[in-house]
Amino acid sequence: MSAVLSVRDLGVTIGRSTIVDGVSFDVQRGQTLGIVGESGSGKSMTVLAATGLIDAPGAVVTGASRLGSTDAAGLDLVAATPTQLRRVHGDRIGFIFQDPSTSLNPLLTLERQLTEGPEAHLGLTRRQARSRALALLDSVGIPNPSDRLAAYPHQLSGGQRQRVMIAVALACDPDLLIADEPTTALDVTTQAQIIDLVRGLQEERGMAVVWISHDLGVIGQVADDVTVLYRGEAVEQRPIVEVFDEPRHDYTRTLLDARPVLGLATPAPADPNADVLLSIRDLDVSFPITTATGKSTVHAVRGASLDIRRGHTLGLVGESGSGKSTVAGVLTGLTEPASGTVTLEGRDIFGRRGTELTQLRREISMVFQDPFSSLNPRMSVAEAIAEPLRVHRLAAGAKGRRGRVEELLELVRLPREFADRFPHELSGGQRQRVSIARALAVEPKLMILDESTASLDVSIQSQVLELLATLQQDLGLTYLFIAHDLAIVQQMSHEIAVMRQGEIVELSSNERLYADPQHDYTRTLLAAIPPERPRAAASEA
Amino acid sequence: MRGVLENTTVRFLARRLAYTAVVLVGVMVVVFSIVQLVPGDPVRIALGTRYTEASYEALRAASGLDRPLWEQFVGYLGGALTGDLGVSFRNGEPVTAVLLERLPATISLALAGLVIGLAVALPAGIYSALREGRLSDGIVRIASQFGVSVPDFWMGMLLITLFSSVLGWLPSSGYVAITDDPLEWLRRVTLPAITMGIVAGSIMTRYIRAAVLDVASMGYIRTARSKGLAPKVVTFRHIVRNALVPVLTITGIQMATMLGGVIVVEVVFAWPGLGRLVFDAVASRDYPIIQGAVLLIAVMFLLINLLVDVLYAVVDPRIRLS
Repeated sequence: MSAVLSVRDLGVTIGRSTIVDGVSFDVQRGQTLGIVGESGSGKSMTVLAATGLIDAPGAVVTGASRLGSTDAAGLDLVAATPTQLRRVHGDRIGFIFQDPSTSLNPLLTLERQLTEGPEAHLGLTRRQARSRALALLDSVGIPNPSDRLAAYPHQLSGGQRQRVMIAVALACDPDLLIADEPTTALDVTTQAQIIDLVRGLQEERGMAVVWISHDLGVIGQVADDVTVLYRGEAVEQRPIVEVFDEPRHDYTRTLLDARPVLGLATPAPADPNADVLLSIRDLDVSFPITTATGKSTVHAVRGASLDIRRGHTLGLVGESGSGKSTVAGVLTGLTEPASGTVTLEGRDIFGRRGTELTQLRREISMVFQDPFSSLNPRMSVAEAIAEPLRVHRLAAGAKGRRGRVEELLELVRLPREFADRFPHELSGGQRQRVSIARALAVEPKLMILDESTASLDVSIQSQVLELLATLQQDLGLTYLFIAHDLAIVQQMSHEIAVMRQGEIVELSSNERLYADPQHDYTRTLLAAIPPERPRAAASEA
Repeated sequence: MRGVLENTTVRFLARRLAYTAVVLVGVMVVVFSIVQLVPGDPVRIALGTRYTEASYEALRAASGLDRPLWEQFVGYLGGALTGDLGVSFRNGEPVTAVLLERLPATISLALAGLVIGLAVALPAGIYSALREGRLSDGIVRIASQFGVSVPDFWMGMLLITLFSSVLGWLPSSGYVAITDDPLEWLRRVTLPAITMGIVAGSIMTRYIRAAVLDVASMGYIRTARSKGLAPKVVTFRHIVRNALVPVLTITGIQMATMLGGVIVVEVVFAWPGLGRLVFDAVASRDYPIIQGAVLLIAVMFLLINLLVDVLYAVVDPRIRLS
């Protein structure tokens, strides 16, 4: 059997840095190759270089990448001319990219975006291309495809947009489908649907798939073989089950150990009789939203009630738009609630002014999701951490502040010398540690962690989670842990609230929620999580 | 579906129209206040040094300046809405008539300038962005920097020297209405329009280049390339169409600026437009003319902004159908 794509000794250099170094792989018809690695490992670059779609300025590609065909030679995509590449792109190779909100042209109708490929490659008329577009939308599960042809991307949900993107990729019935992190920007339930859809279509059409992901759980669901990339090199290339069961390379082992898996860990127990620190009752939040065409109201939170006990972690889970971050916004005073009460140590947090408000800001602190945008690029680490110290007059003079900054850095396991660095000199994980140090500076009663590890690589994420758990033990901290990943929430939280469309649909203890979920939505969420073992292992057994 | 005015589009336009009306009232308040805020007595200034008490009172009464402030404003507002903007201090002509007489000169020059500006900026901006970092991009960038930096009076003088003094191809100044003699109008508008077009075109070239570069880095452009589309399809259907949305704004601003009358260009080319009118009115402290011209320029500014908003809705379905 000849491979659909056969890559040999592929290299990519930009200037003097080597991005991809000597990567080789084959993909067969009907087969899925998973390429896994963390950010900066060169996964996307490898595949874009191998398919001739690389557009990084100054990138030099070496090696060979042969697109198999019935005539013996095939086409080497590394050496091919732009015209040769255009002939296979969209025709024999289809592409799906990560972010469905940016990968479709906002000014063109779905019909135009679906038909331009077939018109260019298959010489179809407008009419033929249109009926093909209809069939494609139907096959990717878009309801009422004939109504949808005239729609624009902004009129679809994220999951639907990704379905359309898949239809675009499959428009000319390609031999090879390249899927570059196709589910990373999606919610977990949508992710599960997209995985099933691509698998189903692959079975139907027999195409080869190269699926790139940073998430071993997803790769486990889709791949037959897997290539693990680390710093531009393929450190392990074997069937998926073998990689999961007997990882040979240290890095593969790190990836496997660091990934969040359901049922592996729970937090250290907390005192069940501890007093209630924060109490939310019947919280309602609605936003008037102004669009170009007028105003409307969005109910972000409806009738939410929960308690957080001192020294406990309450996990707040939900998909995008569920209202979980709005709750954080209310607690930090950034969002006005419509009704309801919130008390901290029995005192209402609303309607505080002046020093009382300043005091509240000290009592509740927050660590944000994106470590790149939540630190001011013009402030050194020391200045960033010292700012709350100065505002709340928590340390005596510049010297006192400097001493405290160094203590805090030590607490988050960063060297003292980092005090004089600037954010751009730090990695994502290090920045997030600085954010944690800044949040700790005010000695808060409650710390809100809003998706604080969601944008980190899994190996870094597990270290930061461990740090947070240790800090809780050592300093007796109370956390509101907001996340979309149920495995991480299980690992961190004592109590868990599940939010959906602004409502808390289930609130229970860690043990009970996972052992015996009460609400349908909780069950759906749990079912959507990729299992620990790869799908291929289940079919072998 | 296109062509049919959807409900949301109507609502969008209604909002913009209401917004325009509110701003217009604000503009009128400001324009009205000009007379109140100038130091000294405008009537005395208008009359110069030799006047009698009777002629002073007469002009004051004729201008309505003897009435209470609110009454004056209501009168002004009512007058403005019915097209009565008072009379010129200098020669007693109705302001509206003076403005209307000047308007065609300015509008025809501004449109010609915009056409030249866009004719330069669109190809130059798109070409330069698509060849980012290469020599041709560098040349366009230096040329547009030059066009932005060169003072327009100097550019005008340079063009006059070359094309009328040395080559003798075109007249150096003067205006003929397009309705009287289109060919002669074209001969006379060419040099001032080029002068304005070079400045506006240079500014727009930089904006278009930036907009195209921005769009070219978007995910959907990679999608378009991944479909194996021909480069010109990727460029025009995908990149340029999307880049035009932000370019509309800067084009509107340029057009409005030119309609306001580029005073220096109109003076250099002896072009009897609004710019020269304002220039002369300021020199002779003819407040009714200044007020009227400011109001007219503001109205044109608002109308162009409204037009830009409508075009946004035409181009961008996210506004049309959100």
